[in-house]
Amino acid sequence: MRVAILLTHIRPEEKLLITAFEAHGISPDIILDRDFQFDLLGDSSQRAPSGVVWADYDLVLERCISTSRGLYALSILNQWGIHTLNSYHTASICADKIQTTLALARAGVPQPRARLAFDEAHALEAIEALGYPAVLKPATGSWGRLVSRVNDRDSAEALLEHRQVLGDYTYHTYYVQEFVHKPSRDIRAFVVGDATICAIYRTSPHWITNTARGGQASNCPVTPELNDLCIAAARAVGGGILAMDVFETPEGGLVINEINHTMEFKNSSAPTGVNIADEVVRYALSTITEGALA
Amino acid sequence: MNTSTCPVCEATVSIPADAMQNELIACADCGSELEIISLSPLTLDVAPDVEEDWGE
Repeated sequence: MRVAILLTHIRPEEKLLITAFEAHGISPDIILDRDFQFDLLGDSSQRAPSGVVWADYDLVLERCISTSRGLYALSILNQWGIHTLNSYHTASICADKIQTTLALARAGVPQPRARLAFDEAHALEAIEALGYPAVLKPATGSWGRLVSRVNDRDSAEALLEHRQVLGDYTYHTYYVQEFVHKPSRDIRAFVVGDATICAIYRTSPHWITNTARGGQASNCPVTPELNDLCIAAARAVGGGILAMDVFETPEGGLVINEINHTMEFKNSSAPTGVNIADEVVRYALSTITEGALA
Repeated sequence: MNTSTCPVCEATVSIPADAMQNELIACADCGSELEIISLSPLTLDVAPDVEEDWGE
């Protein structure tokens, strides 16, 4: 069985995954995205930077920190019929907050209200239709980068003008989300295949609770309600290995905020007691033995 | 323990026994994020800056 891991560089998560593969008797080939060079008109008979013919891989696990490199690689490999986790279909939806919102809406999965506009005037309308505070986000991006809480019309006008004047065209796509008055925490739930294997609360005095931004991790019990929501959300985007950002609403419900397709988890195994890397590897190997295709 | 010199501040940098090629480590002296380019001989370089599309 041949497995490759695509990555930008080795972070603690990749190290845990490599170790977990080795515990299952598999030594994965490490392929750096900086070494990619594809013949786009060719096929899977060309060699990967590892020297192995791409077609000889039973599984390619995509762990690139560079979203664009990861997406292009998945697109190519899936077109060649190579089994990847996640699939390009899933990754391309999760990498784009607008596509994620649409996929969740199609599947009827609860999420914050959201609107989209393409110029300042209509973005202001969108914000005011949702009401203050609202959250203005880039369509792509991670770690809470450039996610802005818009408290009033003055801040809306300032933010929109800054994005219009200083941002490139990608920032002229105005994705606005309802601000959910969550407690001082959100939930990060880890879905592997058809199971929510564990979840953490991310607690922070700041309204952005990402652990990358200082949120503190503690165990969150996986209730049937949380599991059902996360599985529905995972299916809505095509399934795979996914991290769900979940908000608790003031009414006592749960909504999906975002879905991450190359999840970080180094801070989550200790509080949950779940070996996330091993769960990921077990699932990944099961997709090979079950003959699952990308 | 395998050691090398930080390419930023020239301090001695030690890497753990289970370090891997292309792993990121931090210089204890200056805090720079470094990438292990090779293990033998141990070669370190400054890790790439965070790009706009980096994330999870």
